[in-house]
Amino acid sequence: MQPIISIQNVTKRYPGVIAVDNVSFDIMPNEFFALLGPSGCGKTTLLRMIAGLETGGEGGILLDGQNMAGVPANQRPVNMVFQSYAVFPHMTVRDNVAYGLKVTGTPSAEIGPRVEDALEMVQMGAMADRKPDQLSGGQRQRVALARALVKRPKVLLLDEPLSALDAKLREHMQLELARLQQAIGITFIIVTHDQDEALSMADRIAVMEKGQVRQIAGPEELYEKPKSRFVADFIGKINLIEAEVSGAAKTGLTCTAKGLGKVTVPHDGAASGKVFLAVRPEKLDLLAKAPTSKTNISVKGEIRDFAYYGDVSNVFVTCADGLELAVNVQNDRAVDGLLEKGRTVWLSWHPEDTLVLTQ
Amino acid sequence: MAKPRNALRGPLDYGKSPLLIGFGIVVFVLLYAPIIQLIAFSFNDSKRNIVWQGFTTKYYRVAWENAALVEAFTNSIAIAIMCTIFATIIGTATALWLWRFRFPFKAAAEGVMALPIVIPEICMGIAVLVMYSRVGGWMRTFESGPIHWWNELFSIWPLNLAAITAAHIAFSFPFVAVVVRARLAGFNRELEEASKDLGASEWQTFVNVVLPYMKPGIIAGALLAFTLSLDDFVITFFTAGPETNTFPVKVYSLVRRGVSPDINAASTVLIVITLVATVIAMRLQQQPDKSKG
Repeated sequence: MQPIISIQNVTKRYPGVIAVDNVSFDIMPNEFFALLGPSGCGKTTLLRMIAGLETGGEGGILLDGQNMAGVPANQRPVNMVFQSYAVFPHMTVRDNVAYGLKVTGTPSAEIGPRVEDALEMVQMGAMADRKPDQLSGGQRQRVALARALVKRPKVLLLDEPLSALDAKLREHMQLELARLQQAIGITFIIVTHDQDEALSMADRIAVMEKGQVRQIAGPEELYEKPKSRFVADFIGKINLIEAEVSGAAKTGLTCTAKGLGKVTVPHDGAASGKVFLAVRPEKLDLLAKAPTSKTNISVKGEIRDFAYYGDVSNVFVTCADGLELAVNVQNDRAVDGLLEKGRTVWLSWHPEDTLVLTQ
Repeated sequence: MAKPRNALRGPLDYGKSPLLIGFGIVVFVLLYAPIIQLIAFSFNDSKRNIVWQGFTTKYYRVAWENAALVEAFTNSIAIAIMCTIFATIIGTATALWLWRFRFPFKAAAEGVMALPIVIPEICMGIAVLVMYSRVGGWMRTFESGPIHWWNELFSIWPLNLAAITAAHIAFSFPFVAVVVRARLAGFNRELEEASKDLGASEWQTFVNVVLPYMKPGIIAGALLAFTLSLDDFVITFFTAGPETNTFPVKVYSLVRRGVSPDINAASTVLIVITLVATVIAMRLQQQPDKSKG
């Protein structure tokens, strides 16, 4: 299958900074693709380059097989939902949505029905005659969505579309965007700094840092098998334990880890020298007594602090050698009476849940 | 909720302070009493217009029948209209230029543009006078030459007011530019990008998105240019010829022989015109103009 967008060795320099540094990847048709990273990682610049709003970069951007070099923004078959929504303040909702069709000379007989359809799609049909200052933030965003979708773009670009909404509405719009993308079946590229947003909506996520793509994978793979400390740390929470590889065993690597001593963890590739063992807080079991299992990795520690969230608690445990581990526990009967500062506890997890990160 | 009569004032409840109310009244009286008196005495039935003698509207007719006064008045209006049109176009273009483009010495250009606002009018008047006399002398050497038609053309009304109008445009367009520039500073650039992203050309974007946004600024600037031109005395005094009087200059020459009620009447008409223009401009501005989309 031909990719709908092919990014080939794209670089964008500003005086003194490289915003996008030799990035290459493909996006497939009908994909919900997320560009995720901290602010200043180049994700928005890359999105704006696809839209044609940022010019003067190196490398090639192919849209449906066509090289977009030299094609101005107003002639690219992509549309964008801006971070500020950029709804035209002096036009009604209907005029906003019709704008993109009018300026490109679409026959007026066609404009009416298409605008109505687009407004229906985002459930804004009843507000067609309102001005933007009579709308809420969420409604304005729907207008921006309808305005972009009415153009029937090959790719819809969304620049931090949910960052200006409150938490409740954001969650609702996440579901709605995913539903909309499935319903109309076009490619969505979303830029976000919010890992939850990317994980819950996207089919594939590219994690960016300092202008470079660190890893591209589906949400689950990205969470369970991050390839670097940066990705592991950026997506969710993770315990990173310094370790030194001491040898290879049949079942994986044997290393000496801070606070844990000698442990053997499964690992596919070769590794030597200093590495990091990584384990997610929810993979750890919090126990009152020493575990009986011989296969599990276990360590004794003392509860330094904990944060109670109702359904779960985050517990911070200090172990030998100053090793600090975070544990997520369900607040069920198993932890009753266990959460107490200064209490001695045991942590235990399966070696399979441990990742070896070399970079 | 009923409040006790001597309720304590809140920290920002200045409206109840008798001192402040009194101060406010004094300010308003000082501001408007002369104008109200001017309007009232335009209806005074007295030739010398010092003591109130009785109500009449005849001085409006006297003013209307004073051909020189009416001519000066129409000149003023014509100059103000021409000046407004050109100053608004030039000022808006200047504001756009300063907002849109990056170029060397931009800060300096911005400062130089605002210079006519701070230069004393008397200096500007003399400067314009000196320049015009230089140009005039140069023109006269061509009196019988190929541009003779030019001189003739510029003796026809309202083109004979071109010299004054040009001077007015020169000092009033920076005001338009400053106002429009300030308005543009709040423009959300994403609106422009959204327009292009939706397929609009640069020109379509300007007409459909940028211009509507600038409109309140343009109207305010145009109104400023109109009123500045209408009541300008100093610069006009230096550039007006014997045939091209404006209302303020004419009034000045008449007042030297005492203020007669017909001058009051004509001034009242001018005040009414300015007020009507202001009200119209404010109405035009009263449209929703949230800067963010």
